[in-house]
Amino acid sequence: MMLDPATSSFSRNEPDIGVGHEYFNSLKQGKQAMLSILAVDDSPSIRQMVAFTLTAAGYNVIEAADGQEGLTKAREKTVNLVLTDQNMPVMDGFTLVKNLRSLPMYSSTPILILTTESSDEMKAKGKAAGATGWLVKPFDPVRLVEIIKKVIR
Amino acid sequence: MGEITNQGIQPGGMGIDLSQFFEVFFEEAYENLASYESLLLEMNLEEPDDEALNAIFRAAHSIKGGAATFGFVDVAELTHELETLLDLARRHELQLTTEMVDCLLASGDALRAQLKRHQSGGTGEPTPIDHLVSDLRRLARRQAVVATVTDEVADDGYPRNAVVALSGERIITIRVGPNEEGFDVKSLLDLFDEIPGMGKACLVTGERAPSPEFSDLTVTTASGDSDLIDLFTFYVDRDKVAIMQRPITPPQSAAPEADQGFGLFDDLPTTLSPVSALVPTAAAITESAAVAVAAKADKPVAAAESTTLRVSVEKIDQLINLVGELVITQAMLAQKAQALDPNQHSGVVAGLTDLERNTRDLQDSVMGIRMIPMSFVFNRFPRMLRDLASKLDKRIELKTSGEATELDKGLIEKITDPLTHLVRNSVDHGIESPNHRIAAGKPAHGTITLSARHQGGSIVIEVRDDGRGLNRERILAKAVEKGIPIPDKMPDQDVWQLIFAPGFSTADVVTDVSGRGVGMDVVKRNITSLGGTVELESALGQGTRVSVRLPLTLAIMDGMSVGVGGEVYILPLASVVETFQADQSKIKSLADQGKVVQVREEYLPVRPLAKLFDVPNPATETSRSIMVIVEAEGKRSALVVDELIGQHQVVVKNLEANYRKVDGISGATIMGDGRVGLILDISYLVA
Repeated sequence: MMLDPATSSFSRNEPDIGVGHEYFNSLKQGKQAMLSILAVDDSPSIRQMVAFTLTAAGYNVIEAADGQEGLTKAREKTVNLVLTDQNMPVMDGFTLVKNLRSLPMYSSTPILILTTESSDEMKAKGKAAGATGWLVKPFDPVRLVEIIKKVIR
Repeated sequence: MGEITNQGIQPGGMGIDLSQFFEVFFEEAYENLASYESLLLEMNLEEPDDEALNAIFRAAHSIKGGAATFGFVDVAELTHELETLLDLARRHELQLTTEMVDCLLASGDALRAQLKRHQSGGTGEPTPIDHLVSDLRRLARRQAVVATVTDEVADDGYPRNAVVALSGERIITIRVGPNEEGFDVKSLLDLFDEIPGMGKACLVTGERAPSPEFSDLTVTTASGDSDLIDLFTFYVDRDKVAIMQRPITPPQSAAPEADQGFGLFDDLPTTLSPVSALVPTAAAITESAAVAVAAKADKPVAAAESTTLRVSVEKIDQLINLVGELVITQAMLAQKAQALDPNQHSGVVAGLTDLERNTRDLQDSVMGIRMIPMSFVFNRFPRMLRDLASKLDKRIELKTSGEATELDKGLIEKITDPLTHLVRNSVDHGIESPNHRIAAGKPAHGTITLSARHQGGSIVIEVRDDGRGLNRERILAKAVEKGIPIPDKMPDQDVWQLIFAPGFSTADVVTDVSGRGVGMDVVKRNITSLGGTVELESALGQGTRVSVRLPLTLAIMDGMSVGVGGEVYILPLASVVETFQADQSKIKSLADQGKVVQVREEYLPVRPLAKLFDVPNPATETSRSIMVIVEAEGKRSALVVDELIGQHQVVVKNLEANYRKVDGISGATIMGDGRVGLILDISYLVA
């Protein structure tokens, strides 16, 4: 069995060497554990909830309390997805997204904006800033994981 | 299309227990509320500071986000209204008025009540907020210049059409049906992709979807009705298409749009016109640009967020306890080491000296963890004074200094009530009405100054006002009325202390603010129980100053150790006035009161500790006994001891927790040689 990292699928190109269910899962976990997510939100309780949920789902979560801190941390370690709140002190979500997009390693990273409304204005701003998508707050943590799985690279 | 229906939020979803985050949310919400309130109180309504407006908005917004996420619907509902009003304010589409600030402050109180109710289990009467909600909406509607979506209801029962003023498009609902078997309504959606310029459409699913034979499409378009119907005739008959108003979420619910929970920007049509400040993607956002944003001084809470740690008070107390034990052990070692010859054991002696220094540093450091700045106490007063001043029709200005002065957390909690009472007193009895003040040649507004500073091993907290001052004659008259003995030519200092007598109040009219006569004696008792003192200074017509002096911490005390018949007792150094050796000639016996000793002009009661505490093996009466004059609550006594041992800091241990409550003993400590020293309760001894 060969693991194709791009699709997380197994293919039978080689004779079966007895790879079992657990091994498959641990490989998948291993792949996920390598994926990092930067979660930026000025609310500690939301941050903790998101970090807990995503860590339980097997991701490595890095937290930041505002856009400035988020930018610094994004530079220190390249992450696979950025989840950012919209309203934060020091540097807000849209500005963070714009700043991230100007960095070469984040030119195509999935970036989701957490917003409390899906107004046209928000969408226009988000699109102009270069975000990949938006997620309306409050969200169900389980749904968050589903969406992240779809979008993360 | 790219939009996925979000059916609604169940707190916890499947398998994540959100309640583990509740406590963090409550803490954070209270902090946000505090910042919200103080920003509102400081706001200059003529020229509001943009940064402040944004910060107030964010505070409300943050509480709403958390409340909605964790399922506190009532909190979310109220904060939603706050957010609406504050958003208009920060966009300068609305001018904040005093009426609005009052309403916002009252809403803050309601939020606090709601949060407290949830924090303690959610039982009990929910806070009524209907009047606040309607007031907030009224205030927002009246002043708003541009409403993007109104919630007025048209005659046909459907909300009026939403007009998005910015892009020139409108959002409408088109109902298609009854549909034939096998008709795929998605084909209609494809039309919008295939024919450019018609706008964008998505299917309404979930709870809002009509019956199975009908489909609703939410269409964002700049095109007219007839154009749209023409478009649909590609796939459906003309009479199966009806253009309806777009149902808008009823204002009562604070839930977000149920049909648009998530989306990808790439799927948005480019006809959406961009809004407001667009920054061209710079090739490189320089470090300095990003730093310039951060350089603007923001509320310390946000910046400190990532550098603080929340720790339970129990853990800190445990830590302090352990360090206290360490100090005792180190003191014992030091004492044993005194018997060693420093030449022979130079290594050990040097090591123990280092240990003493390290232990002292550790102790200072650990005690410092529990130290909190006085601002935590002072912070409540701006709001309190605003409410009091308006209730009593007085104008009050509050000045504070020394907010950064730190005090042990336990003391902070206990000093808040007495301090509050003192401030209330100043407002109620001290500061005169504006008319009175002007007639007296003073400015119409009264000033109350709160200050805190360290002095030696104590903290001195002062409440000062420029009001009418204490009236000596009236106090004396009242004291006489109450049968309190007044010596001739009583100094002012002592006259002022009379107000601490129980039931004492010279207020003409008992207001419900203070002045029922139960206040000042309780204040004094509270302060004394903390090991502190309170003094008054006043000048008639000019003002009053109340000075509260407290030890910096309850756990460590400066003590004087005395020996009585082989036992060691500790006297709080703050209570010791002086020590001397008394001549027998100066000691007189009074028939019913035991012995007194003459010290200068005064006669002080003599208290032989050996007798009082039934100490075995007392020293035989020598011609000159050692006396220690102690003072508590204005009374003095002379204690008879066998020897004075020394002055040092002692770690106070709770006797009641380790043994039981004993009259006359306020605590215990372990001496350097391992013996227990009992700390005396001076107020018991002078009574």
